[in-house]
Amino acid sequence: MKKYIDTGKKDTRSGFGAGLLAAGKADERVFALTADLKGSVKMDAFAAEFPERFVQCGIAEANMVGAAAGLAIAGKIPFIGSFAEFVTGRVYDQIRQEVSYGKTNVKIASSHAGITLGEDGATHQTMEDIALMRALPEMVVINPCDYNQTVQATIAAAKYDGPVYLRFGRPSVPNFTNPDEPFVIGKAYVMNEGKDLTIFATGHLVWEALQAAEQIEAQGVSAEVIDVATIKPLDEATVLASVKKTGKALIAEEHNAVGGLGEAIAYLLAEKQPTRLSFLNGKDLFGQTGTPAELMALYGLDAAHIAEAALKLVK
Amino acid sequence: MKKSKQELQAIASQVRRDIVRMVTEAKSGHPGGSLSSTDILTALYFNVADIRPEGWTRDGKGQDQFILSAGHLTPVYYSILAHAGFFPVSELATFRKMGTRLQGHPSVRKGLPGVTQASGSLGQGVSVAAGLALAKKVNGDAHKVYVLCGDGESEEGQIWEGAEFAAHHKLSNLIGITDWNGQQIDGTVESVCGGGDLEAKWKAFGWNTIVADGHDFDAILDAFAQADKLSAGDKPTMILFKTDMGHGVDFMAGTCKWHGKAPSVEQCEAAMTQLEETLGDF
Repeated sequence: MKKYIDTGKKDTRSGFGAGLLAAGKADERVFALTADLKGSVKMDAFAAEFPERFVQCGIAEANMVGAAAGLAIAGKIPFIGSFAEFVTGRVYDQIRQEVSYGKTNVKIASSHAGITLGEDGATHQTMEDIALMRALPEMVVINPCDYNQTVQATIAAAKYDGPVYLRFGRPSVPNFTNPDEPFVIGKAYVMNEGKDLTIFATGHLVWEALQAAEQIEAQGVSAEVIDVATIKPLDEATVLASVKKTGKALIAEEHNAVGGLGEAIAYLLAEKQPTRLSFLNGKDLFGQTGTPAELMALYGLDAAHIAEAALKLVK
Repeated sequence: MKKSKQELQAIASQVRRDIVRMVTEAKSGHPGGSLSSTDILTALYFNVADIRPEGWTRDGKGQDQFILSAGHLTPVYYSILAHAGFFPVSELATFRKMGTRLQGHPSVRKGLPGVTQASGSLGQGVSVAAGLALAKKVNGDAHKVYVLCGDGESEEGQIWEGAEFAAHHKLSNLIGITDWNGQQIDGTVESVCGGGDLEAKWKAFGWNTIVADGHDFDAILDAFAQADKLSAGDKPTMILFKTDMGHGVDFMAGTCKWHGKAPSVEQCEAAMTQLEETLGDF
């Protein structure tokens, strides 16, 4: 089993900030727009370096989507950044008409996703964003697992011609992937090979899944861990090849049970390769106030819960 | 290139015929607002704006740009684009039919030349136009961006987000057009949800405002000329054109009844007697 080392906890939103700056240096068409959350979504460095390409929109997210669409039509590559709820649910119709149906090269930079936003509570903790974005034709949905992968995913999103939903978070989480590995949109990364079950995870739950795999290895269970960094389009070949080998799969995500990675994989497998599945997610619930670690435990998304569910599945 | 007032009147008459015939043939669509904005858009495309089929690209490089925020006004929009040479006038016969490039509301997915952005869900055009105008400023492109909204549409909150944004970013190359016909689907704008003094609202949001008669070509051209001068300053400009919904067809004028309703064949024939065929019907 491959051992992953946490090189020091970092927030994935800072990975976005670093990736955005790099993308802005590489391509002068890259713009950054925010709705009064420049610091929170880590656009400070980009704004300082490229003030003429940073656009403050004020607390008016709907207009921000439209303005970004206009910039994209004119040939720019705009990233719009805010909290996940405010760049998805709040502006779903704007994204649908101006970005998805309107075919504009807008990148949605979605910070503070999921319950691990923490203390702000349920109004800010969207658990439905992946479902909303997955439902839009042609929208690419990316949920990187750590700081390094978020840097690379941001750079890849800037290079990709088309709408991208890029999800990241507020808390500091382990940083363990290779900082130099370019991000491939549409690729699921096999982190560890195994034979008894596959654990598909996305976002910072990939680290939890790796910890869980280590724990159950001691009990003689060999888990394959796959980082599904791109939820749409799903890397069908990698998913099918893995479950063909293991025959069982556990899907872990910090998202509502409806419309997330679990349903995406279940849909594929129901049609192509019926497989025994188990799901760990936010069920059909809202979040609540708490520390990220407390909420991860309460909602059953941490390594201990993944290990328990994995053992139950292989029994 | 610029059409004279007499030529504009002739084009507008043909466009109004097209509108009524398109909606009649499709058995659906929006004639009321199309007829109220016909003179404004005729002046814009055939005299005022630098928007040409030759060299037109969606990104708007080297030309002015137009966004139809009130996306349901496709009958007038498509007729004007066709007569301006963006696609064959005969294609107007396909409006709202399966497989057409002339979708019920504007689409950028069917390859129809001249359409810059999808619209239909209301209130979003000012924002898109502001993004386009910002790009032109950044690029050092002196061309302008025009956007047309309805007065009923102006109940949408996003219009005012866009207004605030454009003023803050000093987008003086952005020229808004309001088709102030006083009507919306459920009744007069005043009766549905207020309306009030639209000019004062735009002024309060930091825009230059011009109010003009939207059915008098002298007034329309004068308003656009004023807006052109104002674009040298640092504020966006809104031209509020006072119009009548359904203008040009007596039984459609001044009522919300024809906002989104197709006439019968007999009603279409009656309308044709009131509108001169000047450029040839599709």
